[in-house]
Amino acid sequence: MPRELRDVVFVNGVRTPFGKAGSIYAETRADDLVVHCIRELLRRHPELPPDRVDDVAIAATTQTGDQGLTIGRTAALLAGIPRSVPGFAIDRMCAGAMTAVTTTASGIAFGAYDVAIAGGVEHMGHHPMGQDIDPNPRIVAEKLVDQSALIMGSTAENLHDRFPGITRERADAFAALSQQRVQDAYEEDVIQESLVTVATRSSDLGWGLAVADEQPRPDTTVEALATLRTPFRPHGRVTAGNAAGLNDGATACLLAAEGVAAELGLPAAMRLVAFAFAGVDPELMGVGPIPATEKALAKAGLSIDDIGAFEINEAFAVQVLAFCDHFELAADDPRLNPYGGAIALGHPLASSGVRLMIHLARAFREHPDVRYGLTTLCIGLGMGGTVIWENPLFSSEGAQ
Amino acid sequence: MRADELERLIAAASASSEGEVVTRALSRDIELPHTAGTAVLITLDNGRDHTRPNTLAAQGLAQLNQALDSALARDDIVAIAITGKPFILAAGADLSAFAKIVNRDQALAIARIGHAVFDKLHASRVPTFAFINGVALGGALELTLHCHYRTVSSAASGIALPECFLGLVPGWGGAFLVPNLIGADRAVQLIIENPLNQNKMLNGLQAYELGLADAIFDGADYLARSLDWAGQLVAGSLSVARPEVDRGGSWDEALERARRFVDGKVGGASPGPYRALELMAAAKTSDRAEAYAAEDEALADLIMAPELRASLYAFDLVQKRARKPAGAPESSLARPVTKVGLVGAGLMASQLALVFLRRLRVPVVITDLDQERVDKGLGYVAAEIDRLLGKRRISPDEANRLRALISGTTELVDFADCDFVIEAVFEEMSIKKQVFADLEKHVSTRCALASNTSSLSITRMAADLDHPERVVGFHFFNPVAVLPLIEIVRGPATDEETLARAFAVAKTLKKSAVLVKDATGFVVNRLLLRWMAEIFAAVDEGTPVEVADAALRPLGLPMPPTVLLQLVGPAVALHVLENLHAAFGDRFPVSPNLRALVASGRPGIYDWTPDGEPYVSDETAKLFTVGNQPSTAEQLRQRALNALADEIGLMLAEEVVAAPMDIDLCLILGAGWPFHLGGITPYLDREGVSERVLGRRFLPPGVASVPTT
Repeated sequence: MPRELRDVVFVNGVRTPFGKAGSIYAETRADDLVVHCIRELLRRHPELPPDRVDDVAIAATTQTGDQGLTIGRTAALLAGIPRSVPGFAIDRMCAGAMTAVTTTASGIAFGAYDVAIAGGVEHMGHHPMGQDIDPNPRIVAEKLVDQSALIMGSTAENLHDRFPGITRERADAFAALSQQRVQDAYEEDVIQESLVTVATRSSDLGWGLAVADEQPRPDTTVEALATLRTPFRPHGRVTAGNAAGLNDGATACLLAAEGVAAELGLPAAMRLVAFAFAGVDPELMGVGPIPATEKALAKAGLSIDDIGAFEINEAFAVQVLAFCDHFELAADDPRLNPYGGAIALGHPLASSGVRLMIHLARAFREHPDVRYGLTTLCIGLGMGGTVIWENPLFSSEGAQ
Repeated sequence: MRADELERLIAAASASSEGEVVTRALSRDIELPHTAGTAVLITLDNGRDHTRPNTLAAQGLAQLNQALDSALARDDIVAIAITGKPFILAAGADLSAFAKIVNRDQALAIARIGHAVFDKLHASRVPTFAFINGVALGGALELTLHCHYRTVSSAASGIALPECFLGLVPGWGGAFLVPNLIGADRAVQLIIENPLNQNKMLNGLQAYELGLADAIFDGADYLARSLDWAGQLVAGSLSVARPEVDRGGSWDEALERARRFVDGKVGGASPGPYRALELMAAAKTSDRAEAYAAEDEALADLIMAPELRASLYAFDLVQKRARKPAGAPESSLARPVTKVGLVGAGLMASQLALVFLRRLRVPVVITDLDQERVDKGLGYVAAEIDRLLGKRRISPDEANRLRALISGTTELVDFADCDFVIEAVFEEMSIKKQVFADLEKHVSTRCALASNTSSLSITRMAADLDHPERVVGFHFFNPVAVLPLIEIVRGPATDEETLARAFAVAKTLKKSAVLVKDATGFVVNRLLLRWMAEIFAAVDEGTPVEVADAALRPLGLPMPPTVLLQLVGPAVALHVLENLHAAFGDRFPVSPNLRALVASGRPGIYDWTPDGEPYVSDETAKLFTVGNQPSTAEQLRQRALNALADEIGLMLAEEVVAAPMDIDLCLILGAGWPFHLGGITPYLDREGVSERVLGRRFLPPGVASVPTT
């Protein structure tokens, strides 16, 4: 049967405010965070009949408890989507939501879906990293992977070893910049437009309402950052200030075949061009975005010079700087993370991929002169993932 | 009310509110969406899980008062909102606190405190919101009515003003605010009709449709959406329009309808609903202050009324004692029931088959003397399944499941793998003994043998069996689907496991079980027949039937004795009476006129006119031979009550049940006797009958009456 691939568009993305792990969401369930996102997407798009959604893919790194029970299906049921809409759970650690997007997008391109919801959640308060993991003893016995590979902060220290030119000072300076950019973005109402408010239960304080991210510290200075201790190594370089932190939060986005989006009247914020995942040494997982981006660019037939907007996850400042150095981008390049990133906003692991896409879509809207952009992140156990997007608003007249 | 006076009332009430599970009022600042500004959100939370709902009493009201004062004193907020802990706003006033009130001043104070605190929500200069996130009963729903705006969760259930059900009035503003919000017609439904119709409650959608809330949001993100809505309202991008309340003749008509309804339900015997009617009538014209003052007085009167104390006692029995039956063995002893056998395929047996099928959802096999009877029983069950399906009470899959589970046989060998067999054959000892003897040849030694006998001895029934320890009485009440009682009868041989299984089955059937000793008539039939025998004796002596029927009207019983006779069937009543007479002698005289009625085959004493009015036809009158010593209604009432007190005294002495509370529970659940009598013993105590007949009360003062200080 002859088959024609279909273009896939990112319609819209929303997220909950990100909380510090076990703080504002201590008594709020992870699945409820997802439910809020899904319902907000449907509220924002009344033109989409809910039964036209063909699948709901939700990522979580730890798929037990309130992130278990096939969370894509559970969340769809809890959100009140018609029962005829299926759902599934997905996991690629930090790239969970990104993989939910690429997986469902592939299904759309193939013709299996017309419309899909993809997203992710991580409640790191309920599911601390490393909880209940059971690494195969061969990993140690056969020295398959350095033991530091399972401790993300240690892999970041390893990355500083690999690239001695990336100093703690550079990392702290980038962290301060991220904080500054998030503050500016808040002041411009850039961040708020993608947030869905969540009522937060507290048995001691009563109900609250989460309306903004909890983690940003707008008053951050490089001087203050320099005083922070380095928990992963004595006299190391990685601190709580130049890393993303531990967070609770969820994201979700609406994807559709471009033709279906037009038929339903769904707006297209981004068009998918290509994506790639790549493996690297697990103990150096932070380098992952580099080969992933090379691979994705090659598939797209583009070069790094064609990319006018970058959204890279800030798991650690060092890993962003390694990317910048490799592609000869300045760390303060205004095209890269213009609204700040995970160091300020937080990084609820499996949810972050869609958060990057939300920011890129906003950058596309602001810059119709930009044709291509990418979202990329590093992934635990040594991987990187990159998705290249095209700006549907691009007009050659606007191009410089 | 002045602030210092309120403080004083609250302090006094709090001092006597020991053991209160305090519902905290937790205040938190909320940034309302739509840049509307800061709101204070007050969460009511008693710190317990959903099994102990929030309730309102003195210390909790004090906290709420303080939270409201703090919020109202601020000039940096744009709204105040109130909601509850998950699934529950609050279950209303703490009833256990009402039961402890010893004088009218205390009662009046709690009424006034409620008004004074809640009214702050109405008087607030910033808009106030109530978010009805779940259960909102009585005082909790009234609390919301004082707010300027309300939303409700579509997932909420248990929204009601149940005060009249207990013999109270919605006296924290409800009687005034409800008709003025949604009109008298709908107010009658909420305040009068629902409470007196088995205390019917509303879900979120019904509450919204009734006009109790301005907006409804799904449970999934209810509070976030409610706050968003509040933000829009405060920001001015949204407004609320409520339909105009009709203050014309329809107000009076609604109350007229309500009065007839109340008369039909309680016949003047419980003052609460009548006070509610008065308050609602006055709400048409009175101002807020007048209305609240009238509500205060009504609440104070009713809280001190014996009917309320009896109601609180009865409510507690039904809520607690019925769920933990006195004397029941550890439930862990019960072995599971995987197949049920039913001997008898008559109407009662067929009804039982249906109840077992629907609740236990295990195979049920029925048998009778011949295939024709079995087929008739199966036909009844099949028709009932179809009827339930037609009314969408069950799904097609459930109907298929039930049809596959029911079977009929004329061979007892098909009972071999049953764990629980119940007989519902004719009330004749020799027949029942034969049934059990035949069964014992086929069933395993572990199979429980239950009898639905209404008056025969379990002990004798079991006497000649190899395993009498597995015989238990399991007495349902007619109509089986309606009356929630099962008398579980323990014979001297009945073992703990069998008893535990019987209680477990009763619970799965969603019935309340009371453990009774093997004494003829057990509890309900023994008392009903003692009372009816007294009435019949009076008729035999020459008391007109109408006078006899009127004698007990002041009690507000569900039906007069003659109508009850008609419902049970004169032949059945006579049969049970004869058994009781055989067991207890002259306390249960067998009326010759009853015999004559049964012999005539007539269905009862009354015939009904086309208009539904009962009358004694000439034919029936001709059956009766009566004397010339008529009693007055009052004489007969005393006589009947004396008989009841006497019989209950004997039953307690014989240890038929563990305590008077079990007698009352049986009468409430098995005969539908009203809460305001507390079953019957609180009424006999407060009318002085028990003192007069037995020289003592059944219950100590304070248990179902105002405590003596």
